[in-house]
Amino acid sequence: MNFFADAFAFILDPANWAGDNGIGQRLLDHLRYTGLAVGFAAVIAVPLGLLIGHTGRGRSFVIILTSAARALPTFGFLLFIVLLAGLGLAPLIFVLVVLAIPPLLAGVYAGLESVDRVPIDAARAIGLSEWQILGRVELPLGFPLLIGGLRSATLQVIATATIAGYVAQGGLGRFLIEGLARREFTLAIVGAILVAVLALVVDGLLAIVQKLVSPRGVSRGPARPRTRSVPPTRQLGRRTPITEG
Amino acid sequence: MTWLLNNLGLVLGLTADHARLSAIPIVVGFAASIPLGWFASRFPVARAILLTVFGILFTIPSLALFVAMPLILGTKILSDINVIVALSIYAIAMMLRGAVDAFTSVSRDVLQSATAVGFASWTRFWTVQLPLAGPVLLANLRVVSVSTVSLLSVAALIGKGGLGYLFTNGYQRAFPDEIVIGIVFTLLIALVFDLILVGIGRLVLPWNRRTKATRDAGLASFLGSFRRAGASA
Repeated sequence: MNFFADAFAFILDPANWAGDNGIGQRLLDHLRYTGLAVGFAAVIAVPLGLLIGHTGRGRSFVIILTSAARALPTFGFLLFIVLLAGLGLAPLIFVLVVLAIPPLLAGVYAGLESVDRVPIDAARAIGLSEWQILGRVELPLGFPLLIGGLRSATLQVIATATIAGYVAQGGLGRFLIEGLARREFTLAIVGAILVAVLALVVDGLLAIVQKLVSPRGVSRGPARPRTRSVPPTRQLGRRTPITEG
Repeated sequence: MTWLLNNLGLVLGLTADHARLSAIPIVVGFAASIPLGWFASRFPVARAILLTVFGILFTIPSLALFVAMPLILGTKILSDINVIVALSIYAIAMMLRGAVDAFTSVSRDVLQSATAVGFASWTRFWTVQLPLAGPVLLANLRVVSVSTVSLLSVAALIGKGGLGYLFTNGYQRAFPDEIVIGIVFTLLIALVFDLILVGIGRLVLPWNRRTKATRDAGLASFLGSFRRAGASA
């Protein structure tokens, strides 16, 4: 437990926050990498996800892409790209963008897919254009899942930016890598604590956003089969995912 | 290719290591999520607590968890236990939500019918609820399996990453082929594990066909309030 106490003492010492290799600068770097990567990924994934979600075409593309992304060892991919492209900001951001796209795309797509067909058909019937349906019906109703995808992508990027400390000069991962390399275990624990707190805080903020953007009535996402207090007459019409038995 | 042939022993040894270090957390994650998932599907309070706790643990980047493990467990830094426990935590976190969904997805009518014809709650669980939850559990387990295999390579930074060693070593020697071989063999392990799971699924769930619920489990694992892409670094 000594290591933890030392690590907290290190973090609380203002002297360790200053300078190019201080906590402050590395925290800012980490946030900058994350913001840039998620931002670029959103520019690509959100329009694509909206297109696939709205038209319903390309569903298998999303599934194949997300499965492939899950299987790819991120650490190996990162080192491979950095080795080929050189150690700069661009290759690092490129890797992070590539890793952030699948969860974002899946979130946007699944958000739109989760929307009940009835309001969409109703909107079309009363004469809304496809753009209006997308903007006024599908997007607001699918927004919670979309933010869910954003949370996934952001966590993924924060975690990968941490191991990027192995090659990059910035980010909180440097404390972990330096600590491990120099066998200064306290320094590694400092990095572990800072990274964990950063991930938890960012995820918590996005969770609040997710709550705020959920339209009342669909805050729980698509209707789920309930287990309790549903009158039998309502249960009759309910579709259950599993039909065998 | 020449490098691979010359170092076949090393690569195969690391592959065996990688398979062993990732197989244990997958099994632990599955075994633990059955009772936990059942418990959470029965009691809403337990559900809220368990999902929140594992949600928070899942948020912590893997390298941070790997490094903190020896302190929390009191193990040696180079002990296998660190990596196995950390990956088991992620596996449970990924599996738990799916297990809860799987158990709640079993129709209440079916469960009540089983009770009505005389099943005790213990037998009812093993002979009715668990088999019916099987397809969704299997779909989630496949996601956990692939993610765990890919996640393990990060542990190369603490000297226990199986094939991840080829990544750090290849980088230090500026030899991209070695990294590519590491990636390919990691993908092969993930593929073999997946085929094994599908095979087991065919054996124990012979009635299982691809339903929408099982098909979507892979996609769904990216979503929701705490689900995250498993191949998180």
